[in-house]
Amino acid sequence: MQIKKNGPDRIVIVGYIIVIGFIILLLRLWQLQILQGDEFRRISESNRLRVINVQAPRGIIFDRNGTPLVKNTPYFIATVIPGEFDGNNADALSKILDIPAEEISGKINIKRPSPFTTIIIKKRLSFREVSVIEARRTDFPGLIIEIAVSRDYIYGKTGAHAIGYLGKLTPSQMEDPEYRDLPRHAFIGQWGVEKYFDKTLRGISGQKIFEVDALGREIRLLQEKPPVKGDDITLSLDIELQKEGEKSFEGLTGALVALQPETGEILGLVSSPSFDPNKFVNGISYADWAAITRQKTMPMLNRALQSQYPPGSTFKIITAIAALEEGIIDTTTKKYCNGRMNYGKWNYNCWKKKGHGSVNLHKALVESCDVYFYEVGRQLGIDKIYEYALKFGLGRETGILLGGERKGLIPNTRWKMATKNAPWFLGETIISSIGQGYVSTTPIQMAVMISAITNGGIIYRPVILKDSAPVPLGKIDVKPETLKIIRDSLLGVVDEPKGTGQAAKSAITTIGGKTGTAQVVSAGQQYSENSKDIPEKYRDHAWFIAFAPGEKAEIAISVFVEHGGHGGSKAAPIAKRVIEAYMLQKEKQEESTDVQN
Amino acid sequence: MFRIDRTLIRNFDWLIFFTVIAISVIGILTIFSATRQPMESTQSPFYIKQFIWLLLGVLGLIVFVSFDYIWLSRISVPMYIAGLIFLLIVLISGKTGMGAQRWIGIGPMSFQPSEFFKLIFIIMISRHFSSIQGSIGIMSLLRIFFVFVFLPFMLLVKQPDLGTGLVIIIIFITLSLTMGLQKKALILTVIIGSVSMPFLGNLMWERLEDYQKSRLIAFVEPGVDPSGIGYHIKQSKVAIGSGEFSGKGFLKGTQGPFRFLPEKHTDFIFAVFAEEWGFIGSLFLLSLYFLLIMRGLDTARKAKDDFGKILALGITFMFSIYFFVNIGMTLGIMPVVGIPLPFFSYGGTALLSNYISLGVLINIRTRRFALFY
Repeated sequence: MQIKKNGPDRIVIVGYIIVIGFIILLLRLWQLQILQGDEFRRISESNRLRVINVQAPRGIIFDRNGTPLVKNTPYFIATVIPGEFDGNNADALSKILDIPAEEISGKINIKRPSPFTTIIIKKRLSFREVSVIEARRTDFPGLIIEIAVSRDYIYGKTGAHAIGYLGKLTPSQMEDPEYRDLPRHAFIGQWGVEKYFDKTLRGISGQKIFEVDALGREIRLLQEKPPVKGDDITLSLDIELQKEGEKSFEGLTGALVALQPETGEILGLVSSPSFDPNKFVNGISYADWAAITRQKTMPMLNRALQSQYPPGSTFKIITAIAALEEGIIDTTTKKYCNGRMNYGKWNYNCWKKKGHGSVNLHKALVESCDVYFYEVGRQLGIDKIYEYALKFGLGRETGILLGGERKGLIPNTRWKMATKNAPWFLGETIISSIGQGYVSTTPIQMAVMISAITNGGIIYRPVILKDSAPVPLGKIDVKPETLKIIRDSLLGVVDEPKGTGQAAKSAITTIGGKTGTAQVVSAGQQYSENSKDIPEKYRDHAWFIAFAPGEKAEIAISVFVEHGGHGGSKAAPIAKRVIEAYMLQKEKQEESTDVQN
Repeated sequence: MFRIDRTLIRNFDWLIFFTVIAISVIGILTIFSATRQPMESTQSPFYIKQFIWLLLGVLGLIVFVSFDYIWLSRISVPMYIAGLIFLLIVLISGKTGMGAQRWIGIGPMSFQPSEFFKLIFIIMISRHFSSIQGSIGIMSLLRIFFVFVFLPFMLLVKQPDLGTGLVIIIIFITLSLTMGLQKKALILTVIIGSVSMPFLGNLMWERLEDYQKSRLIAFVEPGVDPSGIGYHIKQSKVAIGSGEFSGKGFLKGTQGPFRFLPEKHTDFIFAVFAEEWGFIGSLFLLSLYFLLIMRGLDTARKAKDDFGKILALGITFMFSIYFFVNIGMTLGIMPVVGIPLPFFSYGGTALLSNYISLGVLINIRTRRFALFY
């Protein structure tokens, strides 16, 4: 028994060591199972459970007559689970899907938190691609065909600025609790109506809870909460009017806004050139993005809300109302126009060099005599003009929900002192009274202004949803006779032989309107009368604001053509086309309603 | 000699036998749970295979109880030579499994000679230690080391079966220390050991296969490779921890069957058990092992001769090392060396060889009285 010979029994010592070993194991078990048990239980649950958010089908957007403007189209996508996919299959797969093998292996090899999250390899598979893959399913472990839904904008570029588009969640939106329930790859409204009514259209995301194994494979569905489809919305837009408007602007740069004067509903909103929202829906390619944003004409700019230019002679309406209301003129007040007005050493020309002769208010508006308004404006002073312009919604936002709206500018003496640190000159009043100089407005402001002329002086906030309660922002304190005088004169602009807006004369309805030509080149420089000789960038901007029918306006419209030349020749015909399209469409709608009844 | 008489049955160590049978039955239930397929309805046959191996093991145990263990000493040299030859055969024509060649096939069967070699090795050094009078001197220590330890160690590491290689070295060291070394031998061992450790470590590191290196790296720094070995340790801790006090219940564990745990029915089987049975169940299972080891030590104390004493001690050490390293590994306090939990993990050869070793242990206890007729 040598083991016992030297001192204490060594086997007993071994026994103690073993006991210590057991105590260590038990302490560790205590630590893992009792002290940290909760946390490990949670990790094991999240190991086991996979929560998949299911995006709800998006609501459909209709035009005011019930024509769908978008549709949700299901399509196939090929996704791969890198952890299960055999890299050697990339070649074979690339041949079927017709994409480079490097692109496939590149996508697979990007490091991700788990090798079992799926990666999209190709979207919008053709039927042939799907059938080939399904037939050879067993050759490609880890390859899955899934169904996704895309948003198709049926009319493409038409109405794109209003309807907008969907885009991927941006990194900051991913942090936003508002979008917490959405899947990470979800598309949400990033522009236009799609953006501003996203919550309505989006619906309520559903949820699927799966039990998964370590390879991320779904073993069984434990719980399912179906998504709730988003609400449909009906826009105030009339797609026929919109189409006509965009057609009229083909090749031109500019904007058009058509409103329902009694409600503020937007019937049409054109910004030209436009863009195709379909290109944004599935993540725009860099090339497409560059092509759109680098264009000098800036198609992404919503000119109806964002371009601010001098309103030119359309502004004479404001000067006229101010002068009537302030008692400076009445319908009989006459001025003499000899083609220019002298003020100090300066000459202010009328557009008609020969002059208009003796002019009253009606003639001044119909023939757009500048000298008449120089004179009236001089008597009014800029601050009075400012006051009335603001009452009619100019120089401030109209409050339309679509973002990025600009304010334009209506100057006054205080403004000039504050920003230019200089006193106001009378000469500036003179040119301001015909809508030149510092004065600038947006097309939508002008549409709101002309609406107020026809609806008895109510400023409505322009709205894009049909049958939403009108939002009156205020009633202008003007005499109804004043507005009637203006309306009659505006009808004369189109109807009378010498009217500047004859080009808008329609056979099917009566149109009233006012032309405007905003000078690009200062009065000193002269080009020949023939506008075709003038380089485009020096050509004047053309305006036309109008309403119809004359007796009880149902549509108010403002048309702006950048470098279009004369308002009468360039903008007025567009207004006429769009108004007629609207009237015809309306007639058709009423007929079909009659038949149904 | 092979006659089983009443005295033999009376002196048979029923306590240790049923303790180990209990461990194996719990093991089979856990293998059943770990390998159940959550998706398909067909059950995998691992637990049936393990059950058959258990029957074979009990048979082996009975055979190794039935003859006087002194015979083992007598046939130890030819057994040892045969063992070395088998290890060589594995090296030359072995089957590869899990990145290492450990198996040799005989017909449809395949087995791991290294599993049986451990017992042969313990018998061999027990015989030599028992022939030494008093404490072990330097010369005998070195001789035993080079002839009976270093040679098989190199063969095992070559396979590579680092786990078994380390186990025989540790058995050798713990046995020597328990036997008592002469002061000079002890000091020399400590000096040589501490001087050569870094060098040996470096040499070993160079010889290690990549998967072995990654195991060691992952032990030191589990965050390095989330899907590699560190991932295994983490999932093992998650499985054990999520069992909490009373466990998720039999067949309710998810870490194993859903494949979060690697080697769920072999090396990491304890994690599956601890997930389903919790702290209480683990405490019970550890008590069974405690009983086994303590009974083994007691057997060594009571053995009638030095050979039996050292042999019992060697076998008990073997069980203990496997037990502590395996449980320590699944608990994340030992490196992942890939050795199974004795009597519990799935693995036929290991189960059989462990039951044979247990048979030898019971044999020694049964014949503990010097006057045995």
